[in-house]
Amino acid sequence: MAHVISDLSKYVILFFMAVYTLECFLILLRPDDREGDGIYARQIICMFMVHFLGFAAICLETGEASYIIFYGFQELLLFATIALFRVIYPEADRLVVNNMCMFLVISFVILTRISFSKSLRQFVIVSVSMVAALFIPAFVKKLRFLPALTWVYGAVGVAALAVVFILGSVTHGSNISYTVAGVTFQPSEFVKILFVFYVAGMMAKATDFMQVLVSALCAALHVLILVLSRDLGSAVIFFVVYSGMIFIATHNYLYLILSAAAGTGASLLGYRLFSHVRVRVTAWLDPWANIDNAGYQVTQSLFAIGTGGWFGMGIYHGDPSSIPYVEKDSIFSAVAEEMGVLFAILLILVCLSCFLMFMKLASRIEEPFYRYIAIGLSITYIFQVFLTIGGGTRLIPLTGVTLPLVSYGGSSVLSTIIMFSIIQGLYGIRSKERIEEDELYDEEEDDYEE
Amino acid sequence: MRNKKKADARDGASLEELHREKPRRLEIILTSIFFSLLMIALIVNLAVYMKRDSATAINNNYNSSRQEIIARQNIRGRILSADGDVLAETKEENGKEIRVYPYQNLFAHVVGYAVKGKAGIENTESMNLLLSHESLGNKVQNELASVKNYGDDVYTTLDVDLQQAAYDALGVYNGAIIVSQPQTGRILAMVSKPDFDPNTIMNIWDDIVADNSSSVLLNRATQGLYPPGSTFKIVTALEYYRENGGNVSDYSFNCNGKFNYEGSTIRCFHGSAHGREDFTKSFAKSCNSSFANIGTSLELGSFQNTCSELLFGQPIDTAIAYKQSQFNLSESDSTDMLLQTAIGQGGTVITPLLLNMITCAVANGGECMSPYVVDRIQSRSGGVVKQNEPQKAADMMTPQEAEFLQGLMEAVVTEGTGTKLKNDLYTAAGKTGSAEFSSDKSDSHAWFTGYAPATDPQICVTIVVESAGSGGEYAAPIARRLMDEFFTKNVSF
Repeated sequence: MAHVISDLSKYVILFFMAVYTLECFLILLRPDDREGDGIYARQIICMFMVHFLGFAAICLETGEASYIIFYGFQELLLFATIALFRVIYPEADRLVVNNMCMFLVISFVILTRISFSKSLRQFVIVSVSMVAALFIPAFVKKLRFLPALTWVYGAVGVAALAVVFILGSVTHGSNISYTVAGVTFQPSEFVKILFVFYVAGMMAKATDFMQVLVSALCAALHVLILVLSRDLGSAVIFFVVYSGMIFIATHNYLYLILSAAAGTGASLLGYRLFSHVRVRVTAWLDPWANIDNAGYQVTQSLFAIGTGGWFGMGIYHGDPSSIPYVEKDSIFSAVAEEMGVLFAILLILVCLSCFLMFMKLASRIEEPFYRYIAIGLSITYIFQVFLTIGGGTRLIPLTGVTLPLVSYGGSSVLSTIIMFSIIQGLYGIRSKERIEEDELYDEEEDDYEE
Repeated sequence: MRNKKKADARDGASLEELHREKPRRLEIILTSIFFSLLMIALIVNLAVYMKRDSATAINNNYNSSRQEIIARQNIRGRILSADGDVLAETKEENGKEIRVYPYQNLFAHVVGYAVKGKAGIENTESMNLLLSHESLGNKVQNELASVKNYGDDVYTTLDVDLQQAAYDALGVYNGAIIVSQPQTGRILAMVSKPDFDPNTIMNIWDDIVADNSSSVLLNRATQGLYPPGSTFKIVTALEYYRENGGNVSDYSFNCNGKFNYEGSTIRCFHGSAHGREDFTKSFAKSCNSSFANIGTSLELGSFQNTCSELLFGQPIDTAIAYKQSQFNLSESDSTDMLLQTAIGQGGTVITPLLLNMITCAVANGGECMSPYVVDRIQSRSGGVVKQNEPQKAADMMTPQEAEFLQGLMEAVVTEGTGTKLKNDLYTAAGKTGSAEFSSDKSDSHAWFTGYAPATDPQICVTIVVESAGSGGEYAAPIARRLMDEFFTKNVSF
């Protein structure tokens, strides 16, 4: 009987996820005014149902009641997050809050299923991150000297990456993390944010050729250190984010062509120079011929997705643990395997709606520095989604990056929550701009009366 | 008070206005579209993988952990003949599931076995047999009753009577037989000997593996690489026709039982002298001397191209496990090698499968269909999950070339080495072969490949009998028995 319920739950979960996704796009298409709170409430209900049914299946399949307590704490965290953002930052975007929580729900369900201890650890990190997240929008809005620190962002970023490159410990063939007092950091996750601030600062000052050239050199330095550290995924993200920001800031299509050419050249050079690049490409071109070594991860990922089918094998009915690094790089495949490819496609669409929401915000911010930050963070987010899912589904070579907020990993989840909170801070900036516009307008009217 | 506040706001605003601008939206919109397209690419790629590739991909021994999970939930489905006779099914005995093969040795290689790395249809369709497409209602019912679901059934294209006839006809000899349908590529029968009883595979496994010489597990029909012998004259004739076109009728050769060229000698079978002969008679009588003579005139590059087009050394679009046939002739080879190759000896090796495909292409006007043994996947309750449709593997030759070869192969039966197939019921066409496989030349593999009826081909038969003797004496009669069996059962022609 328990089996039947958990088996059927996957269809119901899919239904609520579908409704949730639909609402995401309905919100996206609405004009800016903030009427119709019902739609957000409906999203929260869908989120609650996915969470509830996911944990119901986990409890029924394992027969462990203790998961209910864990579930209770998660609910508490989610509702606290939603409520506190609503109270402290009324101008914050509710869809962004909802999406952040939805990703965490999916993460909690799939991580608990894969490894309870990891899920517990992740929960603690998320809780701490959320507390920090509540202060960040206020900082962004109030600290008016942020645009002036341009070179600090660049210098700290390069220094942090360089320190890891020299002192860092090797994980999965890449030296990208170091351990301080028992806690392992992966600085590239945080440098991504600093880098966006750096480029935004540079472009807000001027968009002439010299400014672009100087910033390009600094960007190249970032990318070079990352490639040498074998963190190819981050290297590609930095490059794409930089190209996108320069293009939007300068309105110059020539830079787009230049960076496309530079990207192609750098890829070819990287392919010739570094054996670890060649290994990834070979594994991508023919994973079946290399199934014992380089192709193992992507073939296991494809097995998981294919065997799961459109509706999934059901929570606890698959074998996600057979995929290497499943809780980090391959979390998407685990979701597809047990919750279904259709659910996984909806997850992609929610990620997309998140990105479009960020870009919509960017197109409304009038202060260039903050606008560029919104654009940089949007691209960072969506391109990382593209890299991790594309790698696991063999659209592109595997690069070993995480799915933001869903994958296991302290640095990844903390930095993404910070990113989302900065975005919320930008909503604050935007609403301040609007109020000031309105006041100016009022004043003109007053003058006229006098 | 109010005024002061307003003034502040104005100062602040005018100050900040220096840094503010109405955003230009075009680039932002373009960037949004670009990344949205990337996301759509992810979804399309995922959907294409699911729809097109996943079924084949997941049927892999490296995915065994998930296959075992499904095997715990579902009972492995049945494999059935085209008429619905059970060739393999899973039964419960003393609470243990066992795989039963009612026809024992008869379908050993083509159906295969489901353990020890799997083979045959049990291997290629493993995942389809494990997955269950019963209705959700049935599944829920089974779940409540704690009963496993039935995995899907695999309906093959195989015909039990024809398979039995082929199996019996091969008798105690080692070798292989393939019977197929030229227009579709459906395999009607496939026999390989020596064979084994898949019911006992676990018990006999260690002995079979220990014995290196017999290669019992090898499906000789698709994986056995044999010298083609005189059956290769089909290829040589095609190449000669390609190079000389309409002038073939001018060909003339006087055979005195052997052919000398640049110090090499080719002898006719049993040294018989065929006398004055044209191209058709050379082919019908399978005259080695004449074909060695033809071989000296052929252009190597063109010959290699023709062989590639006939899928020598090329992948074949089929789910059946096979080995690639090889045509090995290069500029550096000796004259002797060239002459030997022209008559089907030399370095050339072919599988009965490829020879059958080439014969099918001749019968089918040049178009070669992909060979297949699985007709459809069907759920236990009868719903068709997947229907395999005939698919073209290659255009091996033009209709004119096919017609030319048809004429030659008909002559083999009417006036040549295949007269054992002459009868009143139907007209057959084909080519015999006696392939020498060792240097002492005492024995040869007996080959026959052909089709019937000549005017409207319905079946295509390829036979190799190891170490039996001449193709006309030992392989052609088997073809006769199989065609008789087929046409007495199918009187529709």
